[in-house]
Amino acid sequence: MRKEPVKVKEINIEERTKSFKEVVLGYTEEEAILEAKRCLQCKNPTCILGCPVGIDIKKFINQIAQKDYEGAYCTIREKNNFPSICGRVCPAEYQCRKACVLTKRGSIFASFEAINIHFLERFVGDWGMININSKSEALNPKVKGIKNLNLKFRDKRVAVVGSGPAGLCCAGELARRGIAVDIYESLHKPGGVLRYGIPNFRLPQEILDSEINYLRELGVEIMTNFVIGKLKTVDELFKEGYSAIFLGLGAGIPTFLGIKGENLCNIYSANEFLTRVNLMFAYKFPDYHTPLNIGERIIVIGGGNTAMDAARSALRLQVMNRIKPDVTILYRRTESEMPARRLEIAHAQEEGVKFKFLVQPQEFVSDKQGFLKGLVCLECKLGEPDDSGRPKSIPVPGSDFLLETDLVIVAVGLRANQLLTRVTPELKVDKYGDIIVNPETMETSLKNVFAGGDIVGGEGTVIEAMGMAKKASASIINLLFP
Amino acid sequence: MVEIICKKIIAYSLGTRIVQLELKSPLIAKKTLPGQFVVLMVSEKGERIPLTVVDKDEERGTITLIFQEAGFTTRSLGSLKEGDFLYALVGPLGNYTEIKNYGKVALVGGGVGIAEIYPVAKALRKENNHLITILGARTKDLLILEKELKQVSQELYVTTDDGSYGRKGFVTDVLQELLTIHYALNAIELIYAVGPVPMMKGVSQIAKDRGIKAIVSLNALMVDATGMCGCCRVTVDGKTKFSCIDGPEFEAQSIDWEELGKRTKMYQDKETHICKLYNR
Ligand SMILES: Cc1cc2nc3c(=O)[nH]c(=O)nc-3n(C[C@H](O)[C@H](O)[C@H](O)COP(=O)(O)OP(=O)(O)OC[C@H]3O[C@@H](n4cnc5c(N)ncnc54)[C@H](O)[C@@H]3O)c2cc1C
Ligand SMILES: Cc1cc2nc3c(=O)[nH]c(=O)nc-3n(C[C@H](O)[C@H](O)[C@H](O)COP(=O)(O)OP(=O)(O)OC[C@H]3O[C@@H](n4cnc5c(N)ncnc54)[C@H](O)[C@@H]3O)c2cc1C
Ligand code: SF4
Ligand code: FES
Repeated sequence: MRKEPVKVKEINIEERTKSFKEVVLGYTEEEAILEAKRCLQCKNPTCILGCPVGIDIKKFINQIAQKDYEGAYCTIREKNNFPSICGRVCPAEYQCRKACVLTKRGSIFASFEAINIHFLERFVGDWGMININSKSEALNPKVKGIKNLNLKFRDKRVAVVGSGPAGLCCAGELARRGIAVDIYESLHKPGGVLRYGIPNFRLPQEILDSEINYLRELGVEIMTNFVIGKLKTVDELFKEGYSAIFLGLGAGIPTFLGIKGENLCNIYSANEFLTRVNLMFAYKFPDYHTPLNIGERIIVIGGGNTAMDAARSALRLQVMNRIKPDVTILYRRTESEMPARRLEIAHAQEEGVKFKFLVQPQEFVSDKQGFLKGLVCLECKLGEPDDSGRPKSIPVPGSDFLLETDLVIVAVGLRANQLLTRVTPELKVDKYGDIIVNPETMETSLKNVFAGGDIVGGEGTVIEAMGMAKKASASIINLLFP
Repeated sequence: MVEIICKKIIAYSLGTRIVQLELKSPLIAKKTLPGQFVVLMVSEKGERIPLTVVDKDEERGTITLIFQEAGFTTRSLGSLKEGDFLYALVGPLGNYTEIKNYGKVALVGGGVGIAEIYPVAKALRKENNHLITILGARTKDLLILEKELKQVSQELYVTTDDGSYGRKGFVTDVLQELLTIHYALNAIELIYAVGPVPMMKGVSQIAKDRGIKAIVSLNALMVDATGMCGCCRVTVDGKTKFSCIDGPEFEAQSIDWEELGKRTKMYQDKETHICKLYNR
């Protein structure tokens, strides 16, 4: 059996920063088989426990090794509606791959030797996208649990609010069982963070579009430009005849640092920066009409995926505008504490993003016109572990120093989107504004209203959002067909 | 896709046009309240811009917007014709104005801000408030909604920067004068002001000096207008607020006006560029 993992092909580093083209090319058929054959097919596969939706990883990998791609696709689809998406964005090194027995014991994330489960999943998902359409899938006996597409359920209608991974997943689960589902989305395009946050170089919009089209083929209606809580209330939806409602509102509100000068010109939240770029195509200005300032010395504050996406997007914008690339990520701990996907950190480094660890922003400095010109920081040192289990970052008094910068992107976290919860007082939320649910059923304090995704768990991952949505959809089915 | 039912040029002077559009949108017409706004996109490639809902007609299922052709997007919008369609329209957004009986209310509108005080004026009138309305425009030809506001106001004053109509000067001059000469201290319970930042800042100072509560509706730059991006943030009482979900109305005295003024000019270079490029 082969020990070395099969490396995934990527476009070369110079090419990458010139456009928003997808960086990871994915496995070819031969590569996928080679990697699949590395799997030990453990008697007690621990990887499955590492996957938030419990994909039968051992089985689908074996099916790839046997060249039964259709079988592999069906195995994954039993648990995960969007393999092409998860195969691209799942932080597998903290989930399935970390649980793989090939991962060295005691490491905080999967080691290099672990099976590249996510790349295999992506291979299968992409294969299915080309070879299987919604109708053939719905009728495919190999896909367990979804073969009962049954038009007698058509009189039951469910409303889904929000079209991020949680909403899309819940809609898909219900639609595959023949239930009529309407999705309401406040933006002009569906997808949630997958659309406005995660850049094309990680998740091409065509992949997302194709998954969404699949839902439309199943009969899901998507109403964009439609804010629930403003244009219609939860009560009104019930009055219109929906039997149940699923809320997948996301964690849509960016947090700022609460330091002096944070509202100067050219200080962006990562959400704003990425939305202008991804949703509004500001990088094609003036052909597209949404402006975006770029800057010569860019600083990104934060250490998660959002920070990596913002930094890599900013660097590309500099290159595409013939500005000498100069992007620095500031993080208050060290590299090993960074919550971002390891691959994203590596890609950012390769592409030329600089990193400065153990620093804390203190104050933004302005020029006369109100534009940013510098950032005063403090050095930090690591202390005892805090609630998150990571060592605390402690600023060193008197260590302040000035960094020159003309554009800052703040990526230090998100809070619950409260557009709907604020006007729905009967819906119980916790002190963070997250919706409180029964974790077994995902039911909220409001009868027949369910919730999942970031609006329940706080900032999480795509697959966690989908896991909650699946649980909710199961409860909704129980409710509709006791 | 949203249809333009009716279009009127309601003011014109030396290249500046103020345009009124009636859009088909039965649901928004049903739901919107004074003080709220919509976000629209002219085309798929367009930007998202906020505009106040000036009027609505539930029976016709329409809403009315009034805007000044300022930069690229408002000019593109102004170039559309009746029967054309907008790519996207979302609303109603933002919090609505608190409408109740305050007593005497001074409504101050500057430029196209007059459009934004109109729905509030109508609603306040219904609650039997005494309305003292002060309208300001650069020049006579750019004054809008005078007739409509006259109908709902007990008193109406007009100023123009160039003196071509009404009094020469600024709305703040009239407000100051009313408060010192015609009205006793505390006779005016509320000032509601919408207009350019320097005007609202001026009103804010006057209100502060007299200890009168003043509400302003801010025109911060916006993208999503649902709280997701933070583009619309303003410093209110030293704290960061988002205009789209915490506003658009705030108490005038707590706003960091200087910062707001600067932030709204953040893309001036880009806008000049795109306007030149498309030569519109
Ligand atoms: C930049 C960025 C990068 C990330 N990278 C990764 C990654 O690599 N891997 C990973 O696993 N996770 C990643 N995440 C986290 C992941 O995207 C989220 O956990 C996930 O999107 C949450 O899904 P959701 O469906 O709960 O919410 P969202 O994706 O936030 O979607 C919520 C949707 O609901 C809509 N909405 C909200 N309120 C209303 C309303 N009242 N009416 C109508 N519509 C409404 C919103 O417009 C939005 O479209 C990233 C997050 C960000 C911001
Ligand atoms: C809640 C809200 C309600 C609004 N209601 C109305 C309305 O009813 N009628 C109306 O005409 N306008 C209204 N505005 C302002 C309107 O959104 C802007 O004028 C518009 O976005 C300009 O777009 P543009 O591309 O045509 O102009 P731009 O090219 O973006 O701007 C032209 C010039 O105006 C400045 N500018 C840009 N945006 C704003 C802004 N938001 N406020 C002040 N100055 C700005 C720019 O610095 C530039 O100098 C409202 C704004 C908000 C936030
Ligand atoms: S969905 Fe994510 S966690 Fe589950 S197997 Fe796929 S990559 Fe791993
Ligand atoms: S406009 Fe995006 S948060 Fe207000």
